[in-house]
Amino acid sequence: MSQPGATSQPVKAKHQRLILVLIALAALIGAALLAAWALRSQASYFYVPADIASNPPEADRAVRLGGMVEAGSLKTNADGVTIRFVVGDGKARVPVQFKGIVPDLFKEGSGVVAEGKLGRDGTFVANNLLAKHDEKYVPREMAGMSADQARKTVEETR
Amino acid sequence: MIANLGLAALWLAAALAALQLVAGALALGGRGQDFAGIVRPVAVIQGLLAAAAMIALVVLFCQTDLSVKLVASNSHSSKPLLYKFAGSWGNHEGSMLLWVTIMGLAGGFVALVERRLPERTMLATLAGQAFVSLGFYAFLLLASNPFERLDPVPVEGMGLNPLLQDPGLAFHPPTLYIGYVGLSIAFSFAIGALITREVGPAFARAMRPWVLGSWIFLTLGITAGSYWAYYELGWGGWWFWDPVENASLMPWLAATALLHSASVLASRNALRAWTVMLGVVAFSMSMVGTFLVRSGILTSVHAFAVDPTRGSFILALLAINIGAALVLFGLRAASVTEGEQFAVTSREGALVFNNVMLTGALGIVLVGTLYPLLAESMGQKVSVGPPYFNPATAMFVVPMLAVLAVGPLLRWRRDRLTRIRREVAVAAGLLLGGLAVMVIKGVPLLPMLGLALAGMLAVASLLPLRGRKLRTVKLPLWGMVAAHFGVAVALFGMACDSAFTVERLVAARVGDKVAVGPWQLTLKSIQPIAGPNWTALEAGIEASYQGAAPDLLKPQARQFWTPYQSTNESALDTRWNGQLYVVLGEQAGDGRWQLRLWWKPFVPLIWYGGILIALGGVLALLGRVVSDLRRIIARDKIAWRRERQGR
Repeated sequence: MSQPGATSQPVKAKHQRLILVLIALAALIGAALLAAWALRSQASYFYVPADIASNPPEADRAVRLGGMVEAGSLKTNADGVTIRFVVGDGKARVPVQFKGIVPDLFKEGSGVVAEGKLGRDGTFVANNLLAKHDEKYVPREMAGMSADQARKTVEETR
Repeated sequence: MIANLGLAALWLAAALAALQLVAGALALGGRGQDFAGIVRPVAVIQGLLAAAAMIALVVLFCQTDLSVKLVASNSHSSKPLLYKFAGSWGNHEGSMLLWVTIMGLAGGFVALVERRLPERTMLATLAGQAFVSLGFYAFLLLASNPFERLDPVPVEGMGLNPLLQDPGLAFHPPTLYIGYVGLSIAFSFAIGALITREVGPAFARAMRPWVLGSWIFLTLGITAGSYWAYYELGWGGWWFWDPVENASLMPWLAATALLHSASVLASRNALRAWTVMLGVVAFSMSMVGTFLVRSGILTSVHAFAVDPTRGSFILALLAINIGAALVLFGLRAASVTEGEQFAVTSREGALVFNNVMLTGALGIVLVGTLYPLLAESMGQKVSVGPPYFNPATAMFVVPMLAVLAVGPLLRWRRDRLTRIRREVAVAAGLLLGGLAVMVIKGVPLLPMLGLALAGMLAVASLLPLRGRKLRTVKLPLWGMVAAHFGVAVALFGMACDSAFTVERLVAARVGDKVAVGPWQLTLKSIQPIAGPNWTALEAGIEASYQGAAPDLLKPQARQFWTPYQSTNESALDTRWNGQLYVVLGEQAGDGRWQLRLWWKPFVPLIWYGGILIALGGVLALLGRVVSDLRRIIARDKIAWRRERQGR
């Protein structure tokens, strides 16, 4: 917008539409650049335990971790609200810590997607857990699990 | 029987849509009045037939007719009647039928009442509407027939997703759909105006009520959906930047921009090509949203179908409709003559700024929503969430809101800021003062900007009323003030929620006391109870605000058995200055119960703000309709007098 005091004349007829188009284009290109830059730094990538073992994400970067909750690994801390469990994919295992109320179909031996960050000690600190809701609602990442895992998940949640 | 009738009505409606398209096109091509006369009645009957099909489906659901596949796979005889009724659109086929029903009825309504536009533009508009409808009829009949039968008939249905078994299901989807699909009218008007090259103030005045109406429903639908997610999911959040939420936000942003640019076109005959473009974009965003939600490429409670053929079908529809509209726009935009001129500092200038910022925010949301899909097609799985969306949209929304404080005070065509320097000084003072207080208090950046902007806007939005006699202020102005004030209210609620929320997660035994913010809570009891199609554990919690007499809260952990699934029913205690939110979790091994507690200061203002914004739309719409009616009555009177004198 123009400065206070400036008496702005109507712009010449021919040029106004051009200027409007240019402003709109500039804003859209700006939005696109901004989006691209922000996406590169803020999009959270999906990892399976094998990826974490071979090529771990930077500490403090938000990522998603998907896999199976290993049977017998689920423990509750003394505070009654923090849980620890191990997520595996048959190739690697990642310990996970989560403080909160777990989703309804979260259980040992079933699939889970944890949102959070990998701590420096190698424990994944989750701030949100996504589990299978019902036959019609599976976290998208789980759809890509191996047939064996998928079969297990279905059996578990039936 | 009813299923057969419904299917027949649907086929007939589709045939009439084809007739409407052909007759409209022939009449436009100059094949005489024979065809022009039938287009309007055909549009009306088409809409009524689609509605008949929808009614048939609702009846089937209410009767739990299990010979219909859709009923069998989404309903259950023991379900409460409200959810049998609302469950008819709580699934893929039913929701698409609701979509074409609204589309047909909206088209019929336009055909019935819209008399201001030149007849040729109306013909082109109705033909355009028929073209779009036809695609959706084809999708429904060929790829997602809601009346498909089952043989043998199953003994019982599979039930409705328990997350959807909430009174919100009766209100949220139809409201949102009226908003989405109502924008198809703006789309068709844009197409019609492009075909006949009649873009001008008359076109904007004819289109504005339809945009306003859709926008009101979109606003209400988004507000309701946000509150539903807030209390039903039990996560304490009101907006998750979930792709499905974005799918409803994108048409809203486009419609908001369209609303403002249409008012420039109607009052000042400027921004002609741009308004037409926005008319195309707004409904395109509705269709992109449908594609995202209904194609099954996303998963959420909204994505009912995971069927690749349906996804490709919707994608093809999307490509044809948007592609054709954009090609038409490209061919005709150059011949849409340029409108009136205006200075940068003017009402038009401020509204152009609003439009560019809204479009920028729309771009940000669109890119963030589609990026995971693009990345996945290249073999990389990513998700994009609040760390991207919050700052990136704020870059556009914050400057827009700052300009909103002074924009409505500017005069059309040309103005000087020195004329309104007092108002500008008040707004700037409030903004800077608010920021200073917040910096001292150490509030994080985004909530700080939100609170300061909200404080400034709450005052600045009322300034257009200053110096006017309130009794003579016209309805559209009241509407604008209410909507802009609503933005301030909602923004205040959002900023307070993210800055001042207190959260606690505890494991408690019966009899334990827990404090959260100013509240003292006592877990009194845990009892099993039973509902019509669920059982639950219900906690009795006494909550006392700063030592006042306690309220009893009853959060539940419900277990549904058709389908077998558990949900958390949160309990809320609302005060004027905020909301206490309680969720009951699982029982830990040692017998303690998990409780998740939030004290959310001023959070209900988010939804009150949304309602105020919609109310602003209602006032503006009423004002426009009343003045249109007056004009029509006056014109008819004059015509009648002339006729009498002539006799």
